[in-house]
Order: sequence, then structure tokens, then C-alpha cells
Amino acid sequence: MSAARPALTGTDFVEQRLRGTGTTDWRSWLLEGALLLSLLIALGILIVLVGDTLIKALPIFSERPIEFLTSIVSARPERAGILQAIIGSLTITIIVAVLAIPIGIGAAIYLEEYARDTRMSRFIRTNIRNLAGVPAIVYGLLGLAVFATVLRLGNILLAGGLTLAVLVLPVVVITTSEALSAVPNAIREAAYGVGATRWETIRSHVLPYAAPGIFTGTILSLARAFGETAPLLLVGSIAGTFNFVGPPWEQAFEGYTTLPTMVYHWSGYPQDEFRALSAATIVVLLGVILLVNASAILLRNRYDRKW
Amino acid sequence: MTASTDRLSRPLAPSDLRIAGSRRHRENFIRVAFLLAASLSVVISVAIVLTLVGNAAGFVLQVDLAALWTDGWFPRRAMYDIKTIVAGTMVISAIAMVVAAPLGIGAALYLSEYASTRSRKLLKPIIEILAAIPSVVLGFFALAWISPNLVQAIFGAPLFNMLAAGIAVGILITPLVASIAEDAMHAVPAYLREAAYGLGARRRTTSLRVVAPAAVSGIVAALLLGVSRAIGETMIVALVAGATGGSLFNINPLDQGQTMTAAMTALAIGSDRVRGAELTFESLYFVGFLLFVFTLGLNLLSDAFVRRVRRRY
Repeated sequence: MSAARPALTGTDFVEQRLRGTGTTDWRSWLLEGALLLSLLIALGILIVLVGDTLIKALPIFSERPIEFLTSIVSARPERAGILQAIIGSLTITIIVAVLAIPIGIGAAIYLEEYARDTRMSRFIRTNIRNLAGVPAIVYGLLGLAVFATVLRLGNILLAGGLTLAVLVLPVVVITTSEALSAVPNAIREAAYGVGATRWETIRSHVLPYAAPGIFTGTILSLARAFGETAPLLLVGSIAGTFNFVGPPWEQAFEGYTTLPTMVYHWSGYPQDEFRALSAATIVVLLGVILLVNASAILLRNRYDRKW
Repeated sequence: MTASTDRLSRPLAPSDLRIAGSRRHRENFIRVAFLLAASLSVVISVAIVLTLVGNAAGFVLQVDLAALWTDGWFPRRAMYDIKTIVAGTMVISAIAMVVAAPLGIGAALYLSEYASTRSRKLLKPIIEILAAIPSVVLGFFALAWISPNLVQAIFGAPLFNMLAAGIAVGILITPLVASIAEDAMHAVPAYLREAAYGLGARRRTTSLRVVAPAAVSGIVAALLLGVSRAIGETMIVALVAGATGGSLFNINPLDQGQTMTAAMTALAIGSDRVRGAELTFESLYFVGFLLFVFTLGLNLLSDAFVRRVRRRY
């Protein structure tokens, strides 16, 4: 084999070494292929998940799309709908938005803009990171013990909304902190230089630049609350039939259900009719969540700023 | 207007630089409001710990300790076997990691080392959209597709099994592992890669021998956080792992199993929500306490690894 090779001159030799030995580098191809495959598997899972759900939901959306969205929960699958779940999920998301977003942004502003690097502020930071890692269902226990029992709210939507607000709060703080710390100090110094106070600096200089990041982070955390199930099961989200239908301000003080709760409830039945209800509810739920996420990704790509 | 010209007519004194009273009051008010918002997190943590410790202690003090180590988890029959729910959780987390570790780290390595800026913009959203899927949706997917089409078709297992639950939990935590691992690889300074290329190393060698070892702390942190998330995952196991009414000790992934989280949902909903039957309901907090301790330990460990990455570069 080697005898058949023509003798290499000095330049040939260097060129050949730089170009590789002439044979394909299979192992490199294999690695790159395997790594790309992991992303493609993820994509495949997404496609199968969405496709399978759409196929299973097809009977509902082809036969009674409007009735499904405007009927209340029923034990009879051919009459069941998700009106209460839609109202419940929207009301909870509003409660979470009203409570968690201002408090979370305020906490992040304190930690990033006001707090010095003291033991206290380090403790709060670590504490928030750990809160973000607490399993969702443990927040359900908190809600059950504090909001439903100690505050005597019982199994009403408000208790669920408060629980999810507490669950989402650390996520809002963390994403807002990241957005704030990405604003370079020169921007702040410019404001201080013309005599602005700390709050004036934050309001007129830091927040406008951090706004896209804060906005993206907070709507993603709202999307998370929208799809959360486990803690709500502990604070009384009804996985079954009930009659109340009302506007959000009345719903807040009544028994409630949410879209994910209904998915869970209907998945428990083995019959195809209930599977179809589950799948159709997922289509609505995922539709909202993917829309929110896609707009967040687009927004970020558009306003992504390199300092 | 006259006041300001007045001020300019004489030399500037330090008192002129002091901010006006009303402005200072507003400033202090805002600062305190933000401080209160930040302190709320501490209040929440204290509330969580008090809730869990208080109620779990109440349970442990009243329960017959032999009931914590028996044949299975049947809270309504006063059998609170800890090893059953811990073993179920471990089995499902282990399966989840077998799925999530290669997928997550592989995706991270590709995005960080191989993908061009353009293909990154196309590929990264796959992971981000996967991350947005609610766990109850993956639970439905596991029950309606993974279990019948994969697990039952290949192994002939019953519809409710821990393998299908584990695979779905793995899919759920893959994006988390991928994004933290990618952050760690991103933090590896470019000069290390340039040095490798300068020595004539291929991309494969650079990725596996230079970037991966340099990012190893971050990768370990990603895996630990993944385990922590897998342990705390509820909806998938509640839907697919079976054993909603209780379970005997079981570590066979092709059979039903009970996890800590599924045990909690089973206690909290439906006919099990009996507040009168004191200890059955109280055991909910006990399991929650165990879960909290496990996940907190893993999160703190993971945090320590992340800090190691930050310190080094």
C-alpha cells in the first residue's frame, strides 16, 4: 500500500497534512451526526406530540368546535366543554400577573440596583435561586396550608391564583435580574452625571433598556403559570363536574377548574371520547402557550442588543 | 426662574448639591418598597419551611414508626412505607436521566460548538419550545402515545408503567439540561478553543478534549438540576406510573410504581381528601417535606458546581 504512493515533495506533504489524509474522517462525521441527531430527536418528539394530539382532537374540532369551547364540564363526553376551564385559566393568569410581576420586578430592581454586596443581599439572592428550584407541588402544599386553610380562603380560585403567583415570583425575579444586569454601567453613570437620583436613573435609563428582556421573561413565566397543574390540584382546582360559570371577578371567589386540570381529569378515563376531550383541551392550551413563546422568541431576536 | 439665577450669582456650595426634601422622600419610599418586595422571598421560604416541618413533625410524632417501613405505600390503610415511594422516584429519575443526559448534553454541544449562527437561530427554538410544553401535556403524550406505541409494543408491559413515565420525564428535563450545559460551554473562553485549533486539533478533538472537560462543572450542575427536577415532577407520574391508590414496593420499570409526587396528588384529590382521617392527610406534608429536602440538597450541590465554573473563568 505505502509502496504504491508517489513520493511526496515538501509542499505536497504539508498540503496533505493540512487537508487531512485524504480519507474521510468518519469519527468526526459520526460525532457531529450524533450531536445533531439529539436535536433532531427533540424535534421529532415535538412533531409526534403535536401531530398525535391534533389527530386525537380531530373528532371534537370537526364535529362541535364552538360547543366544545362554550359548554361547561359534563360527565357525558358528547356534551362536555371547557368554558369554565378557559375562564379559570385566564382569571388565574390575571391574578398571577397582577401580583407576581410588580413584586418580582421590584425585588429584582432592589437586588440589582440598590443592594450592596452584603451578607443580607447575598442571602436573599441564594434564597430566590433555591425557591426557583422548589418542586411545583410543594408550592401546592404551601397554598393548601396558608391560603386555603390559615387565610380561610378554602378551595376558591383566588387561593390557586395566590399559590401560582408565589410559584412564579422567583422566576420573574431571576429573569428581570438578568435583564437589568445586562444594562452596562455607563448608561447609569450618564444619568448620575447629570444629577439624577437612583430612582430617576432606573426609571429613565435602566428600565427602558432592560424592558425587552424583562417583558420576555415575565410573559414566559406567565405562560408557565398557565400550564401549571400540580399545585392547583392541592388547592382545590376541581377535576370533575360543577355548574358555576361567571365572569372573572365572580369566578375568583368560586370553585374553579383550569385547562391543565381538565387535561389531567379527562386523561384519567380510558375511553376514546375522553381522550379526544383531553387532546382538544391540549390543542387550546398548547395553542396559547406556543403563541406566547413564539412571540417572546421573536421579540428577543428583534431587540437582542449587544453592548 | 429667579431662584436659579440667584443660585448662579454666588459660588456653588455643597448644600446646593443636596437633593430637595420631597425628592429625597420619594427616593426613600421607593427604596423601601423595593426592599420589601425582595424580602418577600424570605417570608415565602420561611412559610414553606414552617408548613412542611410543622405538619411533617406532627405526622412523625403521631404515626406508628413501624408503619414507615413496611411492604408498601397504602396511606388509607396506615402503611406509609418510605422506601416504596423513594424507590419509585429513583427508578423514574434514573430512566429520565438516561434519556435527558445524552439528548441534553448532545444538543448543548452541537449548539455551542458545531452550529453556525444561522443554524443556531433555527435549532435553538426546538429546545425552547420543548421547554414550554406543560408537564400535564407530556403526561397525556406518555399515556396516549409513548406507553402504547413504545413500551407496550416492545416490552408487552401494562399500560401504566414506570418506563413510559421515566421517558416522558426525561423529555421534560432535556431542555433544562441542554440550556444549562450550553451556558457552561459558552462560558469556556475562546482562547482555549483557539489554542486547540492552533495545535491542529480537529473540531471533534476540540469539543471532546478541550471544551467538554473545561465545562465539566457546568455539565454536572445541569445533570444534578435535571435529577432534582425529575424528582419533583408530578403530573407525568400521576398520569402514567399507575398505582394511584397505593403500591407495593416495586423497582421493576415495566410495572406500576409510586413516586413521592404521585403519592401526594393521590392524597390531595378525590376520595382520598379526607380531612377527618387525621394521619392519612397529614402524611401528605411528610412526603412533601422529604421531597423538599431531596430537591433542596440537589439544588445546593448544583449551585456549588455552577459557582465553580464562574470562579474559574
